[in-house]
Amino acid sequence: MSVRRLASEQPQSFAISPDNLAWAEKQLLKFPEGKQASAVIPLLWRIQEQEGWVSEPAIRWVGEFLDMPYIRVLEVATFYTMFLLAPVGKKAHIQVCGTTPCMLRGANKLIDRCRERIHPEPFHVSADGNLSWEEVECLGACVNAPMLQIVPDTYEDLTVETLDKLIDDIQADRPIKPGPQIERHHSAPVGGFRALTTPELYDGSMVGQGAGLAAAREAIAARAAAAEEAARAAANPAPAEAPAAPAVKAQGEADKEKVPDQVKQTVPASDPSVRPDAAKKE
Amino acid sequence: MAKIIVDGIEVDVPPDYTLLQAAEAAGAEVPRFCFHERLSIAGNCRMCLVEVKGGPPKPTASCAMNVRDLRPGPNGEPPVMLTKSPMVKKAREGVMEFLLINHPLDCPICDQGGECDLQDQAMAYGVDKNRFAENKRAVEDKHIGPLVKTSMNRCIHCTRCVRFTTEVAGISELGLIGRGEDAEITTYLEKALSSELQGNVIDLCPVGALTSKPYAFQARPWELTKTESIDVMDAVGSNIRVDTRGREVMRVLPRLNEAVNEEWISDKTRFIWDGLRTQRLDRPYLRVDGRLKPVSWAEAFAAIADRVNATSGSKIGAIAGDLAAVEELYALKALIGSLGSSNLDARQDGAKLDPALGRASYLFNPTIAGIEQADAILIVGANPRKEASVLNARIRKRWRAGNVRIGVVGEHVDLTYPHDYLGAGPETLGEIAAGKGAFGEILANAKRPIIIVGQGALARDDGKAVLAAAAAIASAPGRDEGWNGLAVLHTAASRVGALDVGFVPAEGGLDVAGMVSAAGQGALDVLFLLGADEIDTTSLGSAFVVYIGTHGDAGAHRADVILPGAAYTEKSGTFVNTEGRVQIANRAGFPPGDAREDWAILRALSDVLGHRLPFDSLGELRRALYAAHPHLAAVDTVRAGDLADVAALASAGGSLGWAAFANPIHDFYLTNPIARASAIMAECSALAAGQLAAAAE
Repeated sequence: MSVRRLASEQPQSFAISPDNLAWAEKQLLKFPEGKQASAVIPLLWRIQEQEGWVSEPAIRWVGEFLDMPYIRVLEVATFYTMFLLAPVGKKAHIQVCGTTPCMLRGANKLIDRCRERIHPEPFHVSADGNLSWEEVECLGACVNAPMLQIVPDTYEDLTVETLDKLIDDIQADRPIKPGPQIERHHSAPVGGFRALTTPELYDGSMVGQGAGLAAAREAIAARAAAAEEAARAAANPAPAEAPAAPAVKAQGEADKEKVPDQVKQTVPASDPSVRPDAAKKE
Repeated sequence: MAKIIVDGIEVDVPPDYTLLQAAEAAGAEVPRFCFHERLSIAGNCRMCLVEVKGGPPKPTASCAMNVRDLRPGPNGEPPVMLTKSPMVKKAREGVMEFLLINHPLDCPICDQGGECDLQDQAMAYGVDKNRFAENKRAVEDKHIGPLVKTSMNRCIHCTRCVRFTTEVAGISELGLIGRGEDAEITTYLEKALSSELQGNVIDLCPVGALTSKPYAFQARPWELTKTESIDVMDAVGSNIRVDTRGREVMRVLPRLNEAVNEEWISDKTRFIWDGLRTQRLDRPYLRVDGRLKPVSWAEAFAAIADRVNATSGSKIGAIAGDLAAVEELYALKALIGSLGSSNLDARQDGAKLDPALGRASYLFNPTIAGIEQADAILIVGANPRKEASVLNARIRKRWRAGNVRIGVVGEHVDLTYPHDYLGAGPETLGEIAAGKGAFGEILANAKRPIIIVGQGALARDDGKAVLAAAAAIASAPGRDEGWNGLAVLHTAASRVGALDVGFVPAEGGLDVAGMVSAAGQGALDVLFLLGADEIDTTSLGSAFVVYIGTHGDAGAHRADVILPGAAYTEKSGTFVNTEGRVQIANRAGFPPGDAREDWAILRALSDVLGHRLPFDSLGELRRALYAAHPHLAAVDTVRAGDLADVAALASAGGSLGWAAFANPIHDFYLTNPIARASAIMAECSALAAGQLAAAAE
């Protein structure tokens, strides 16, 4: 995490826009008399939306507006990483997620691309002053990794190419589309649904048939039989038994204990016959 | 009450006790850094971890969990806390290892060395090597004023200093910025602290991150001689410990006294010590042909005897200063009386306080600790923040506890707590006394009101009427039985003692203003100044001025004879604080050069003057003093004033004037000769003046 200090170069003054001032005064009404300091985070955030970052004069302005000591505002502004304490790109400040799921899906390549196209260092404004970037921690869109955020939206399922296009569009002031940058609706499966696709599930023909219940009963019976088989095998130790068998057995036992009957899956997870990868492991 | 078993010892404690308090009740010691009895609980150092049964199954921060948070056992057994189990030891060792990761190993050059909590606790819980191979954190030192030195590498982020300045001192200037490893304690853009109590953060800091700037690299704690004493910088009578090395006072620290200063002292009390070394009068001087010339004691005494014998008793006067102990006041009063004079006074500011009206008429009757019981406080003509900073912290403590209204009549100043500003002058006081206005009603309905009357309201022509009006509010019907709300806030350490021994004009005598004008007109031939520097010494005309004191201040500049005396750290002296508490300051060192204890000077002088005082030692003096004023023998106690005196005072009435009240102290740092000789105080004063100017712009 970056060291959070005020930027060395600060503007002379800060002025809040009339709209934001009206908004801020409305925020004050949310809090009881004497507790106006509670509005410090919303106000700082609003100022960041207005200015792109939080400057020292802005911190003083908030302190005076909320009648709280400057140091208390500074504490808040320097604590939360969402507040940017240095000037950012005029057109966009790109926050690339670098946490594990995004990293596994190629976030490092995006970061490298940002280094090349914007500035070699995070929190530095590009030569033309339009862009800046930083690496941030998880923003909660792991299912669409890798992703980045340009407040207030996120841009997901990125590749170096789509990132390039995104940056080009921003530079050219073309509209950009938030959300996944590939053919995908939000976090729905890529390439369409692959499970629960049977049409009968949706035409009402299965309702009241007890199909699910019957399947569950079958599975339970199958598992009990398998366990019996295993117990018999253990009672008569056969020299030819595979070395991994006891482990599988133990796991089967454990599963049986862990999973209550009501929610027991129709197919035991450890059943090698239905899980090809489990079989492969052996 | 809740039962809890601490290390096998069952104790019965209030359920709102923290586990740490319960452990202390059971005699178990729990290490801590961030926890402090007088501050809010932060729970961030984790050093006070204990093992509990009936609570979370993990090491628990004992400062942040109440006894009532623990469950009893299955059969109703009390919950169990272990403070010495292996799990506790391991947990604390882990915490200590983390604390030491970034703490520099600079104990040999650290001023906290020898009295450092981290050092001490590392002896118990530290491990001998570090598993952390990375570099240590480096933090820039902050400039937070001329008194507190920072060495921020050493900071362990306990935030005691932040909590103290915010909660007790009432200035939200220190803060913890950043987060995690990059967290730093600082003021906003390194602005200097503006509190009069900031020196206390030095004591609170458990490591050497905040140390005393003037004391930096001066001494080690183990080479200092510690003397328990009483402070004289204000009339609170803070309990202090004077640390000396050889003859020199190296520093002043607070002592615990719940009834007076809790464990805080003001910056003036703490950092005054360099003033005890400079501008000292270390030998007698005699003015010859307009110039002061060093002489022997005998020559000085002879010169005084010449002048005294050449005049009559009524043309002799004596004014006592603000730092005089009761013993020398008593001796001087006896001497002046035996010379046949009735001109003596200790009220340099001309406060209209009169011991003839009863002791209750000039005491802080509700007592300092009693402030915490008040349900309404009216401050008249005082700025307690500057006149009695520690007492002001007590008022702030009361305000923080809630359900109290505080009103101010007089100057509109920042008291560090919100208050109702009611008006500037006596007419407002008159209206309040009549029960008019919102605050008048509050006071009229209060059960335990306190009316703090400052010297700014008393040192004026209508001072007596103001005091009467305050007494009228205090003694109004409906007060709790035995509650005496009249609180006179003194600014001088000697004042209550002087009033107690009757150091005021006897029948037909002149008071301070009378003596000064008489001297100016030539009607007074000899004037004794016992450390009196706050009067107008330039208008004493041709009077022969004998100055008994410690510092080359205003009085010494005007003096014809200077008799060097002992400062408060150099003599054993009784002081009575503003609430009437008798306390004895002990001698921590000897006065410089030929200087002597003041009572001894007066005793020797009396012999030369032919009116030998009837005591040859301090013990004999005290015996005579206690015989005449028995309550002074009851050290560390308050003999309460009589409620009837307040009622009598209230009925005295008098007409209130119109002039607005003016507070007596505007420069907190330069109120007495010792402070004016101190370079540290001068720097603080200049800084405060600059801050004031900046704020006014």
